Amino acid sequence: MKYSIMVNEGPYTHQASDTALHFCKAALDAGYEIFRVFFYHDGVNNGTRYTVPPQDDRNIQKEWSKLAEAHEIDLVICIAAAQRRGIMDADEAKRQGLDGDNIAPGFRISGLGQLIEGGIIADRQLVFGD
Amino acid sequence: MATKKFMFINRKAPYGTVYALESLEVVLIGAAFEQDVSLAFIGDGVYQIAKGQSTDGIGMKNFSPTYKALGDYEITKLYVEKESLEARGLTLDDLMPLVWEDEDDDYAEKPSIRLVSSAELAEVFDDQDVVLSF
Repeated sequence: MKYSIMVNEGPYTHQASDTALHFCKAALDAGYEIFRVFFYHDGVNNGTRYTVPPQDDRNIQKEWSKLAEAHEIDLVICIAAAQRRGIMDADEAKRQGLDGDNIAPGFRISGLGQLIEGGIIADRQLVFGD
Repeated sequence: MATKKFMFINRKAPYGTVYALESLEVVLIGAAFEQDVSLAFIGDGVYQIAKGQSTDGIGMKNFSPTYKALGDYEITKLYVEKESLEARGLTLDDLMPLVWEDEDDDYAEKPSIRLVSSAELAEVFDDQDVVLSF
């Protein structure tokens, strides 16, 4: 079984990102494949490396980066949603004339076509959001 | 690339949150990928295609004209849940007259909106490959 995941809410405010993360870990443990995780709406805020939660809380952003590194999962942030919310990689920051980028390790920025492609290629597309 | 049946479920009012606007952006990309795209409007989502929208007072872009262009992207199946309309005191006359041109029928304009009951909509959902809810 090949899954494609969509995360539509930001970290901490909403449980969607935590639940998606737990689902991905459980699916991988069960031997399933995660083809891609696509971050949309405020979900793009899961991909900033400037997240600094209190030390006694979970670091959702780092958990995603760790998952991507351990399992080579494709974490894609929607460019249109990211631009609205100030999530930038180095290339995009330069193109927009901004003084820095903030994308976290393991994430990449790309277009909505990646979401549609995920739906086409995966056996199941799951949406985590409100 | 394979063609799948994509259903976009629109559940939220057009303004107040960004979901409706960003849903429409995905819908257009889905059409660009030549997928079999359908839309459903349930709950407050029916307000997305209401007639006479004006955003003058809230400083946001009125994106409702985009729904009128869906027919040009060969998106011709817009399901509106009857119960959601009725619960809000609305009828089909309160919605934009959204149409598509049938090139197999001398480009006759045909209505895109299909008024369906909740039970009928469940059957439509059951027939889809990919369901994205907004």
